[in-house]
Amino acid sequence: MNAALITTDLVDLHLEGERRSAVRELAQRLVDAGRVTDIDLFLTDIEKREQQMATGLEGGIGIPHCRSAAVTEPTLAFGRSTNGVDFGAPDGPAKLIFLIAAPEGGGADHMTVLAALARRLVRAEFKQTLLQADDPAAVAAYVQQEVSP
Amino acid sequence: MKFVAVTACPTGIAHTYMAAESLEQTAKANGDEILVETQGSAGSTPLKAEEIAGADAVILAADVAVQGKERFAGKPIVEASVKQAISGATGLFDQARAAAAAGPAPAAPALTTKVSANDKLGTKIRQWLMTGVSYLIPFVAAGGLLIALSFALGGYEIVNAPKVTDQFAIGSLQSWAALMFQVGAAAFGFLVPVLAGFIAFAIADRPAIAPGFVGGAIAVTVGAGFLGGLAAGLLAGGVVTLLKRWKVPRSVAGIMPVVVYPLLGSAIVGILMYVVVGKPIAAATTGLTNWLNGLSGASALLLGALLGLMMAFDMGGPVNKAAYAFAVGGLTTGAEASLQIMAAVMAAGMVPPLALALASTVRKKLFTEAERENGRAAWLLGASFITEGAIPFAAADPLRVIPSIMLGSAVTGALSMSFGATLRAPHGGIFVLPLIGSPLLFVVALLAGVLVSTAAVIGLKQLRPAPSLVPA
Repeated sequence: MNAALITTDLVDLHLEGERRSAVRELAQRLVDAGRVTDIDLFLTDIEKREQQMATGLEGGIGIPHCRSAAVTEPTLAFGRSTNGVDFGAPDGPAKLIFLIAAPEGGGADHMTVLAALARRLVRAEFKQTLLQADDPAAVAAYVQQEVSP
Repeated sequence: MKFVAVTACPTGIAHTYMAAESLEQTAKANGDEILVETQGSAGSTPLKAEEIAGADAVILAADVAVQGKERFAGKPIVEASVKQAISGATGLFDQARAAAAAGPAPAAPALTTKVSANDKLGTKIRQWLMTGVSYLIPFVAAGGLLIALSFALGGYEIVNAPKVTDQFAIGSLQSWAALMFQVGAAAFGFLVPVLAGFIAFAIADRPAIAPGFVGGAIAVTVGAGFLGGLAAGLLAGGVVTLLKRWKVPRSVAGIMPVVVYPLLGSAIVGILMYVVVGKPIAAATTGLTNWLNGLSGASALLLGALLGLMMAFDMGGPVNKAAYAFAVGGLTTGAEASLQIMAAVMAAGMVPPLALALASTVRKKLFTEAERENGRAAWLLGASFITEGAIPFAAADPLRVIPSIMLGSAVTGALSMSFGATLRAPHGGIFVLPLIGSPLLFVVALLAGVLVSTAAVIGLKQLRPAPSLVPA
């Protein structure tokens, strides 16, 4: 079994600031959790992907993500923002921010957990639960349970 | 309604799957069916050919090149970005419904092959060859019939007529005959490349077409004939199949089928065809020619049989060419023996198409629909000494067809020699009958060989019927 996709330490229910600083805050949690080895390299890769096409989606969602050599395990850091962080979506800033970190050379089996996560992101019920949750531990447990096969 | 879709995004970890989920949910809500192929980093399960065939329309939601897009050729297609699929799936389904109602895209009829991934190797090889043959037949028919017509109108010397670009008189029948001959010859120039190109296509899909054609063209250049073309096609298909196993970063995956596979495939196949096939073929042709020239003491009957075997072996390849050149080379001497050799060679060269035309007429079930079509044209091609008319049959089933036609051609060659039939023209088939000495015996020799070949090919095909006689 792989390491958990998300843990309590990787949840921030009070994320504020503009896009880059918000992403850096979440990325620091990945570093602290031992999932990212080099924060500068990781943020460069995230920014590169962001420049290709903004990752904000309608419905108040931002999904900064990348494949990076700095990542050790497929991991999710989750942030929720009351004022919103602008990820370039046409309908305004994102309230739910999913920072998805994928290792550079991960095999297909390794990546299925991220595919499962991505599929949840378009489900209304999933988003609703995360908007209403008030405990980081509950958020981590809920996401982990949702993406488990 | 039934839909199929492909989703793909640059990183392949988020949007690909979100778009797929969004499409699936929307379809479910509308009571539609959809199957989505997610071309992302978690691996993808390719849509099955029958799933694509059964779909009313195709949705391609991708920000990078969709891999294997040619699978959807001819289907109504809606193309969009992954974001549109995530946020506006309903609109995409409306577009897809409209596209389905408008009917299939008429612009690009799909190139098809009947090869299925689950077939056994023997069946696969036969299907690969049949795919090549099915694209080859129109060229044989168009080119062969034009050449036959040019003989009928202009006589055998039309072969030596000046280029119509240099000399053409609108009121001259000879000019028109020359024109037809030269157009027909242009069509014949494609025989081997088309055969090789589409064998390669059947094996490894579109990226293999260029390497196959190039290999086939080189087979022509080095004089390797249609057997060289078969080899080139199989080689090109194999090379591209191997190249496709090469794992590349997603960012360049899109250009692999259009640039990298054709480029590397053509280079590898071209080098092998020139170096590995070309040199030995050239040496073999020289060797065969020298050997034939040294055979002057052999008995007429044996020489006739030998030339017959050679004429039928590779139909335009090095062995056939050596025999034919040997006969034509003797014509200038005008010696009786040389004229007999010419008659034997032409008679032997007429046997293969005629025998297969007869076989595919009397035993229809042993031949595919495409082969039977070719059989109809083969009557006239054989009668005109256009041996190439038999290539589609030989290419589709070389192990049974080639020995059969060699046997019949040998019989005809030997009989023609022992009857002492003569011929003063290098070409022309039945159109040069007036130039044949002992024409009746010439025809007897021809018919004998045709009957032997026909019996042999029917016998061999019945002995071990080909496993897949579905109409092509």
